Amino acid sequence: MLKTLRLTALLAGLATAGLLSACATASTTASSEPSAKALPLGSDGGVDAKTEPAPFASTYKPLPSQLTAIVGAHILTATGEEIESGTLVMDDGKIVALGKAVAAPKGAKIINAKGLWLTPGIIDSHSHLGVYASPGVQAHSDGNEATDPNTANVWAEHSVWPQDPGFNRARAGGVTTMQILPGSANLFGGRSVTLKNVPSITTQGMKFPDAPYGLKMACGENPKRVYGHKGRAPSTRMGNVAGYRSAWIAAASYKRKWEDYRAKIAKGEEADPPERDLTNDTLSGVLAGEILVQNHCYRADEMATMIDISKEFGFRISMFHHSSEAYKIADLLAREDICYATWADWAGFKLESYDGIAENAAIGQRKGACVVIHSDDPIMAQHLNQEAAIAMAAGNRLGLGITRAEAISWITANPAKAMGIGNRTGSLGIGKNADLVLWSGDPFSVYSTANQVFIDGAKVYDRNDPRFQAQSDFELGQPGEEVHP
Amino acid sequence: MNRRILLAAASALSLIAAPALAQSLAIINAHILSQGPAGEIALGTVLIKDGKITGLGANLAVPNGTRVIDAAGQIVTPGLILPSSNLGVSEVDQVEETRDDGAGDRMGAAFDVQYGVNADSALIPLARLGGVTRAVITPVLGRGGEEAHKDDGSDDFSGSAQDGKASLFAGQIAAASLASGSRSPVFKAKIGMALDLGEAGADYAGGSRGAAFVLLKSALDDARHYAKNRKGFDAGASRPYPYSREDMEALVPVAEGRVPLLVRVHKASDILQVLKLAQEQKLKLILDGAEEGWRVADAIAKAGVPVLVDAQADLPGSFETLGARMENAGRLNAAGVVVAIMGSRDYTNLRQGRFNAGTAVSYGLPYSVALASVTINPAKIWGLADKIGSLEPGKDADLVIWSGDPLEVTSYATAVIIQGQDQPMTSRSLELAKRYRPDADKDYPPAYR
Repeated sequence: MLKTLRLTALLAGLATAGLLSACATASTTASSEPSAKALPLGSDGGVDAKTEPAPFASTYKPLPSQLTAIVGAHILTATGEEIESGTLVMDDGKIVALGKAVAAPKGAKIINAKGLWLTPGIIDSHSHLGVYASPGVQAHSDGNEATDPNTANVWAEHSVWPQDPGFNRARAGGVTTMQILPGSANLFGGRSVTLKNVPSITTQGMKFPDAPYGLKMACGENPKRVYGHKGRAPSTRMGNVAGYRSAWIAAASYKRKWEDYRAKIAKGEEADPPERDLTNDTLSGVLAGEILVQNHCYRADEMATMIDISKEFGFRISMFHHSSEAYKIADLLAREDICYATWADWAGFKLESYDGIAENAAIGQRKGACVVIHSDDPIMAQHLNQEAAIAMAAGNRLGLGITRAEAISWITANPAKAMGIGNRTGSLGIGKNADLVLWSGDPFSVYSTANQVFIDGAKVYDRNDPRFQAQSDFELGQPGEEVHP
Repeated sequence: MNRRILLAAASALSLIAAPALAQSLAIINAHILSQGPAGEIALGTVLIKDGKITGLGANLAVPNGTRVIDAAGQIVTPGLILPSSNLGVSEVDQVEETRDDGAGDRMGAAFDVQYGVNADSALIPLARLGGVTRAVITPVLGRGGEEAHKDDGSDDFSGSAQDGKASLFAGQIAAASLASGSRSPVFKAKIGMALDLGEAGADYAGGSRGAAFVLLKSALDDARHYAKNRKGFDAGASRPYPYSREDMEALVPVAEGRVPLLVRVHKASDILQVLKLAQEQKLKLILDGAEEGWRVADAIAKAGVPVLVDAQADLPGSFETLGARMENAGRLNAAGVVVAIMGSRDYTNLRQGRFNAGTAVSYGLPYSVALASVTINPAKIWGLADKIGSLEPGKDADLVIWSGDPLEVTSYATAVIIQGQDQPMTSRSLELAKRYRPDADKDYPPAYR
């Protein structure tokens, strides 16, 4: 015991003396090691977020892949196209050819996909995997920093447990990319993080390189209930709105101070840097258009209020989440180019979701809005194709004529757009990341399963090959191991 | 505006006309999946009189004066049965005033869910549009709410199931019809007793399973003792019981093996303990959840105990569901266990039952069993199969005409009939959808539509 303590103390001493700096700056090749660029020791870190390397940088590296042609698949591109028998060629992690009359290149591995369907990888834009990990015990309850209505200073990635078995289950359901969000207890819940659904020891190893951050905001019942119960503001919806506006006023002032400071430095003038604060770093990032607002908001009237707040302070809302009443203001959302994420017909569990309807997505689709089906649930995440199918069928029962080519975008291209990664994933096209799901049949059928899943061209799941069925460390040696999930 | 008035007039007419439709009815050109001895009939007729099925077959003559519905080759099944739900006793999860699915801390076994069933629940028409014609209503411990949507903070911030600690027993179970306009939706009450074991039960027993099982055995012993000593009890000459008189009364038929005990239990070791206890005490047992049931499927089958399964449950969501797998329903069935499939208790997810049955097909459950698991199996499990669950002469005429495969996510009910009565094919949700459909008239606000 004493020995250990001494050793720890010694190491700490060495670190402060700079003797370990070689380790800290040496290039790290193991993908399990964080490789955030370190400042030279002794320099003045943490002053200006703009001029310093991004902390917690992605160390993601694609798994091994090879030149592959998927031949004869029924393809939904999520760009509106449906190809009944087509070929997709991927090389070095990218889609390099796609179409009806594409020939498999020489030397390519051929996957005979006759009778199978091919879609982009599923993107779950509202996930709490890792932050509310399984098993759902108190020790894993890391999703809501419910100690202040404004916790824009927290980052979901610091709560993610990469060993959450839910990641593997979601991958078996075709999910290749997820936005992990803080919960909705707070007006400002914190930063989201976009992850590639690859097994990794560290969260950095899952981070989608260069994906923009999101800011989780929440309307309505949750913040007012949580803080009202604590006898503090907000306890009403008007209290919620006062809370948002006060925070944006502070953020705008913070942003101005930093802009003044940077302008002076740029001109070669002397200036003292303003004091940095993590909350306003995030909020000013939204005002600068670098961080995307992901807003939990159920009711139509509240969404309209949030849009007005965004105009008052000059930022954009990227997507409303849950948005049970989005269909009532689908025109407005289409005009403002704000996506909305919802379920098929999970509704009525609280009063602000009482008017949720299965036709929500389909009505928005017909009104030209950017519609997303999300899960917010580790079980539904495994069946987002079914959820989209239910929403599509409800629209068609109403006579809206929603096609599969349209509905597939609800769980692929549209969430990618709302998360700021639509130029890289979420649809099938030349140059896009080869994030794919090869389904056993029509993905809008209850009987279809994800047979093979690819991320950046690498096979990450195969239903028929245990070698491609990743298992969390947590599940090793546990009951049920013999039936691999 | 004129169109609106005309529509209103039309629906008023159909309401007036409805009772007259009842007498005799024939569904012709139906692809019948009867779930009964008639099996599958590729193209046939179902005859209905006075709310009962009077015949079904491929070449049935339709008597004169019978109203005819042409199914045009569509699939016809028995009405679906929710094997465990809170339909009609819980309207909005997080609005406590609308919850009647738990006793709170006032009582335990005596709690009788039948008295809270609200025939006007907006969720009943919604479930009916999903082909559900009957629901078994099972109470939950405390005031319920455990299934509440996590992101909405209820797990973290509000009380719910742990509010009251009156009893291990959640209370008495009832079966209800979803027929429109019914003034007495409950058609059979006190059909079972609900009990939580595992982590939830342990919590109610003070924190551990060792306490929960001892308390359970002792309660059953007390109930049997009480049954023989009612007079002594009334005269104040009885050993003390920890439960009230009304709780003891409710437990008597369970302890005597006349009424089934529905046990919510999850991990294999708990399931085995429950099976042992039921055998010792000669209880009639139904398992609910049983995520690790597949690991002890042989023991469950040997005991002849049926299981209510959520076929999507495959996460190690707690330390008692580490072995949860989507293969559960398929493997239980293969071992010879009678399986009913349920959806989540979570409100509009009531529709999930039939889709879960479809999902189970991809994980080893034969299609025919999957359909049975939402029709005849729940009827058998709850002792209701003499009236419902299959299309057979003499049974109630509860049936659904489907747009396609009833277990398929893109299919929906095109007609629902309960006891021979056509059900209105609408719901509050559908009315909202129609009010806001993209081609709706925009001169006035939606409130006028």
